[in-house]
Amino acid sequence: MNFKPTSKMILRLTMVIGILLWVALTFVNGLQVFDKIYEVNLGISKQLPALLLDLFFISFIVYYRISIKKVESSNFVDLLWRVFAIGLVTTVISLASELFYATIADTTLADHWLTNTLFYNINFALISVFLISTFTVWKKLVLYQKSRRLVIYWNVFEGLLMACIFFNFTGLTLQSSIIFKLLFGILVLLALILSANLKWVAYLNFKQKWKSILLILLISIYLIYFFRLVYTPESESLRFLNSIDNLYVVTLFTFLLAYSLFSFLVILFNLPTSSVFEQKLEEAINFQRLSQSIQQGENENQIFDVLLKSAMSAVYADAGWVEINKVNGEPLLRTKNISHVNLNETKRQIKQGKHKYLLKTPLGKASDEDRILVNFKKSNFRSALIVPLVVQNKIAGQMYLLKEVSDGFNSEIINIINTFSSQAAISVENFRLLGDALENERYKEELNIAKSVQRALIPKTLDHDEHFEIHAFTEAAAEVGGDYYDTFKLEDHKFAVVIGDVSGNGTSAAFHMSQMKGIFQSLAQLDLSAKDFMIKANSALSKCLEKKSFITLSYFIINTVERSIEFSRAGHCPTLYYSKKDKKSKYLETKGLGLGILRNEKYANFVNVNKITFAKDDIVMLYTDGISEATNSEKDEFGYDRLQVLLDQNAHYDPVMIQKVFIGKLYEFCGNEDLNDDYTMVVIKFK
Amino acid sequence: MIEIHKDIENNYLLITVEGEADASSAIHLDNSIKESIEEDHKIILVDCTKLNYISSAGLGVFMSHIGEIEEKEINFILFGLSEKVMNVFNMLGLDQLLTIKSNKEEVLAGI
Repeated sequence: MNFKPTSKMILRLTMVIGILLWVALTFVNGLQVFDKIYEVNLGISKQLPALLLDLFFISFIVYYRISIKKVESSNFVDLLWRVFAIGLVTTVISLASELFYATIADTTLADHWLTNTLFYNINFALISVFLISTFTVWKKLVLYQKSRRLVIYWNVFEGLLMACIFFNFTGLTLQSSIIFKLLFGILVLLALILSANLKWVAYLNFKQKWKSILLILLISIYLIYFFRLVYTPESESLRFLNSIDNLYVVTLFTFLLAYSLFSFLVILFNLPTSSVFEQKLEEAINFQRLSQSIQQGENENQIFDVLLKSAMSAVYADAGWVEINKVNGEPLLRTKNISHVNLNETKRQIKQGKHKYLLKTPLGKASDEDRILVNFKKSNFRSALIVPLVVQNKIAGQMYLLKEVSDGFNSEIINIINTFSSQAAISVENFRLLGDALENERYKEELNIAKSVQRALIPKTLDHDEHFEIHAFTEAAAEVGGDYYDTFKLEDHKFAVVIGDVSGNGTSAAFHMSQMKGIFQSLAQLDLSAKDFMIKANSALSKCLEKKSFITLSYFIINTVERSIEFSRAGHCPTLYYSKKDKKSKYLETKGLGLGILRNEKYANFVNVNKITFAKDDIVMLYTDGISEATNSEKDEFGYDRLQVLLDQNAHYDPVMIQKVFIGKLYEFCGNEDLNDDYTMVVIKFK
Repeated sequence: MIEIHKDIENNYLLITVEGEADASSAIHLDNSIKESIEEDHKIILVDCTKLNYISSAGLGVFMSHIGEIEEKEINFILFGLSEKVMNVFNMLGLDQLLTIKSNKEEVLAGI
């Protein structure tokens, strides 16, 4: 079994060992005294009680070292309280024993050597326990915020002190031995140097300082009381129990008293300035709160609340408010220590105040970014500071700070306020940016939805029969686009094919594109002529298009029995037609007017219809201006000539391949695949 | 970028359009034309000599005022269109609705 002693067990063990050692020591001491008085030579070595005493010390040193480790609290008052409590217990026991001694003073028992030895040993044990426990706490205080150097000093001191425990083997006394005096001198010097380490004092607040002063005072009283007990003048002491001659105890006393004295004085002198230190600390914390407020999921108003609170406490303002400008309506008010009635009255007074000073902001350009300092005569408040809150280069509002004393704002205070207000502004700015980012994210999400909706509008299969092949390709510059193509089977062997482009691009174009789809799908069912289709489509679109929007469209009716194409062009790019017989392509030039341009019945006058016949391997290429007007970095357009040449060169391919070649060449020409317009092409090849 | 100047010359208003009339700049073109129509000018000439490019948004501006021009019987004439710009007008069919002349002399001879 793997047995591992816990610190609790070690604590108990050392305690028990310590007590047993004390009992043994008392017994041996008793025997020694007995030996002396009755001169019976018991042959007890002089080293034995010394050894027992040293072991007793060591066991209690170990005990307190372990027990202090368990005290995680860095609250110094708690630590001092610990020392005070142990001191209280030991002193009470000591006093009780003395009281008891006093009651039996007149009896023979009081003079008895056994009683003397017992009382002496009780007191001695109590003193040792108190000294050792105090020492462990003082160590923690000395080493608070330690440096490397301090640790070295301390280790030397403590090492020497531990070594001193065994000095009693030498049997030398303070009074007679020069070595004792020298060692004592060195240790006291070290102790005094170490006693200057009082960093912990600075971290006490005002209340804690008072408590600490009280506790240290009481601890010092215990120390002095015990010192008096131990320091029994030579004449009165029992000849062989001069504990003042124990180097360890004496040094410990000196160190503990010195440190108590130093702490006491330093705390005392720190009392008047402690409020300033606390103030600075609070400022730092408030500053941090201001910068952290976003992470805590606070909103803008809460940031302004923190600002007002921090600013007021930093400058000891008696009242104040933050006025946040709203785009429409009354400004939002966050107030502190002031009623709305009072606020309006004060504002009026500020407006009328004669003693106004403008303080230029070093970074601000506009005059409304100046801070204003006002002094009044007849008012509850005698001075006011007005600080504008500048968020994203705009005045988001003002902070008003009021004091009941005149000239209450010095330049130091104004600087602090400036820092606070700029930090608050940064927080608000961050908060707003975060909001914008979230909003953008939401828009993006919406656009993605729009994109998938629009994708559903693009036909998955294109109507055709065995007399022709058809293939299409479309790409939008943004998430959604305004290009449109579709097919409809009017009758057996009769198909409608349409390609269109809504003016502009993006979301508004996409809406109109979907309207166009609806119109096409409805009108196609009526099996209209190309002309009627255009007239009716224009009429329908006239009622739903935006004022400045229009749609260009090419409409085709392919009859595979007649082997004819009837077509009409409403402002759309001219269709490219490849004739197998001529081995050449040409543009089908016809007059036409874009849909939605003329929103009345006169439109009918502008519709032209042409009819051609097709032969095997003839190709119809439909496209939008995204392709013909695509530009490269030199601002050259892809252009009609290039399209024509490309089709001539690739007419032997099937529609899928032709499309691939065209788009490949297009990308090659533009130098990238990021075109700034929607682009679509539909290729029909007859069989 | 687009630059638009308006000058009153003799009995007509001359609007000079320079640069590119695309989606972002079309609004300025629209405002000037709208103003000019509201100012009750009977003859408005638009000098497009230095108009390098016009997008569908730019065309939309001209298109949207056709109705009002007719209604108010304004003599609204464009001139000096580059071949490229002219092609765009032609393709959409706007040449059938708007009066387009090749240069200022031709315009002045007509009015």
